[in-house]
Amino acid sequence: MRHKENSQTLLQVRDLSVSFTTDEGEVEALDHVSFDVAQGEILGLVGESGCGKSVSAFSVMRLLPRPMGRITNGQILLESQDLLTLTTEEMRKVRGNEIGMIFQEPMNALNPVKKIGDQIAEVFLLHQDVSPRQASDLAVGMLAEVGIPDPANRALEYPHQLSGGMRQRVVIAMALACKPKLIIADEPTTALDVTVQAQILDLLQNLQRKNGSSVLLITHDLGVIAENCDQVCVMYAGRIVERASTQALFENPIHAYTRGLLASIPRMDGVPKNKLTTIPGIVPALSQLVQGCRFAQRSGRPHPASTLQCRPPFKEVTSGHWVEACPVCTKI
Amino acid sequence: MKQKQEVLKLDQLCVHFPVRGGVFRRAVGSCRAVDGVSLSITRGQTFGLVGESGCGKSTLAKSIVGLVTPTSGSIFFQGNQIKSKLLTAEYRKSVQMVFQDPVESLNARMTVGAILEEPLIIHRLCRKDERSKRVAKLLDQVGLPESAAKRYPFEFSGGQRQRIGVARALALEPELLVLDEPVSALDVSVQSQVLNLLMDLQAQLGLTYFLIAHDLAVVRHISDVIAVMYLGKIVEIGAATDIYANPKHAYTKALLSSIPIPDPSVKKKRILIPGDVPSPINPPQGCAFGNRMNAPDYPKSIEQELKMEKVGVGHWVLACPCCVHM
Repeated sequence: MRHKENSQTLLQVRDLSVSFTTDEGEVEALDHVSFDVAQGEILGLVGESGCGKSVSAFSVMRLLPRPMGRITNGQILLESQDLLTLTTEEMRKVRGNEIGMIFQEPMNALNPVKKIGDQIAEVFLLHQDVSPRQASDLAVGMLAEVGIPDPANRALEYPHQLSGGMRQRVVIAMALACKPKLIIADEPTTALDVTVQAQILDLLQNLQRKNGSSVLLITHDLGVIAENCDQVCVMYAGRIVERASTQALFENPIHAYTRGLLASIPRMDGVPKNKLTTIPGIVPALSQLVQGCRFAQRSGRPHPASTLQCRPPFKEVTSGHWVEACPVCTKI
Repeated sequence: MKQKQEVLKLDQLCVHFPVRGGVFRRAVGSCRAVDGVSLSITRGQTFGLVGESGCGKSTLAKSIVGLVTPTSGSIFFQGNQIKSKLLTAEYRKSVQMVFQDPVESLNARMTVGAILEEPLIIHRLCRKDERSKRVAKLLDQVGLPESAAKRYPFEFSGGQRQRIGVARALALEPELLVLDEPVSALDVSVQSQVLNLLMDLQAQLGLTYFLIAHDLAVVRHISDVIAVMYLGKIVEIGAATDIYANPKHAYTKALLSSIPIPDPSVKKKRILIPGDVPSPINPPQGCAFGNRMNAPDYPKSIEQELKMEKVGVGHWVLACPCCVHM
């Protein structure tokens, strides 16, 4: 672990709330979410589908689908500048330049009718004062940096000519072209095979170390978290329920949801055919959320009415280890 | 010795798809999706098949249930050879499939009851007045309430839909269930619920499973025998414990080392495999994996014919000079 003490904070998300307008009315996808990403650190956001991981990422990029998605509260500070106060024009300068994003599905993130070299060159043309000629040279350099063999010729190919792993490398090349301070990786390896996943995560770690950038890594795979992240936030139903260093979270999970999640994955060293621990029920629909402890229904423990009515406080249990302190769910 | 009975046996099964080109769409080449696979599955066992995408796992599964016609080779079911051109109703009844995507594989316009009744109607298995009773029993077996029969698939969550898929496969009381990535579309907490259900059903009904999954921890957890597939061929096959504890083929070793372990205190050495699975349309000569890894002994594998060799009890490996060091 490359955990640095007192390192500077690069990104601060404060009390972020996001609402979506749906057929069932207004639903709250994020409910006062706060987290920090320190300089040179990899922060993991983990949780099941619908917990708000991707919405957090898209909020930071200000790419929420409009007009359905709205940020209703909070601040997103990138080096003390609030991204939410920027104009559309100013925000465009931040995207790709100061924050780079890697998307889940590389085929959807690339333009199918444009050569990959031109797509990367576009990033340089938009953000740096370079000639088109220089931009394409820089693009070829980026392709080499992300480990694409024969980059000069590959730059002339279209996305469909590349394999899934190669496409994700191109997306990484685009995201890192301007050496952004922050990289947001939204499930960067979910669509890939384990072998290619290992290659891509290895590449991402190397480039991150080389450039000293910070990464916000979103995934549902606790294995990926354990091997790549310094800090972890566990999300459930639009809230962060636990936040700690990777080491502390895996050694001493406190919230019942974190413990359930860790227990329900089959282990490589577990007893085969043993009954797996499960979390009963399903993730609650966003339209049916309560103010109090949202894990109450699935925790299998009776919750007194008071814990369902108001939001449990977010408490620091040990240094740097925070948990949503529902008295029932955090009792060991 | 009913326990040791062989349910399914494949002998040198090949599925080659023609690659068409030119004005007249003539076959100009062939894609060797499954290239000479032999295996045997014992009753009550779970046979796990792992490999990267494009290695032919799903094509193999489809040829077992009869959705794809094999080019050559033979399938034996309970000792009888199955002619793929005229699959008997009996065979179709005994071998059922659960698909990966529980949204795509259920007809959105049919109620769950109708979905579960359809196979009973087609195979004329029970009288009209008994059907609803049978449906209720199936729903109960997979842990869904009886009232689910009157609802539509969209009213259920992913995990519940996958339970419906399992119930439909069970409707004909099959011997063998082909499970093609049954949990990969599900969240972790729900995945374990469905895996537990599959293990329970196997214990209750004595089912045999042919499981395809890309999550190696899942495969390890529920399989008895595991086969590792690469570019249309099985490179290693053996008891689950042997494969994980003592892998012989370089590809198996690399695949196992790629799995992210959910424990930050575990430090391991990862074998990074460069590149991607080569195209089965134009496969490299000799050992396909040695070629990808640039193994020093790769040229040797072109000269000799690669064969499966026994390395332990029920543990076989494709003995190629560049990937296997005995």
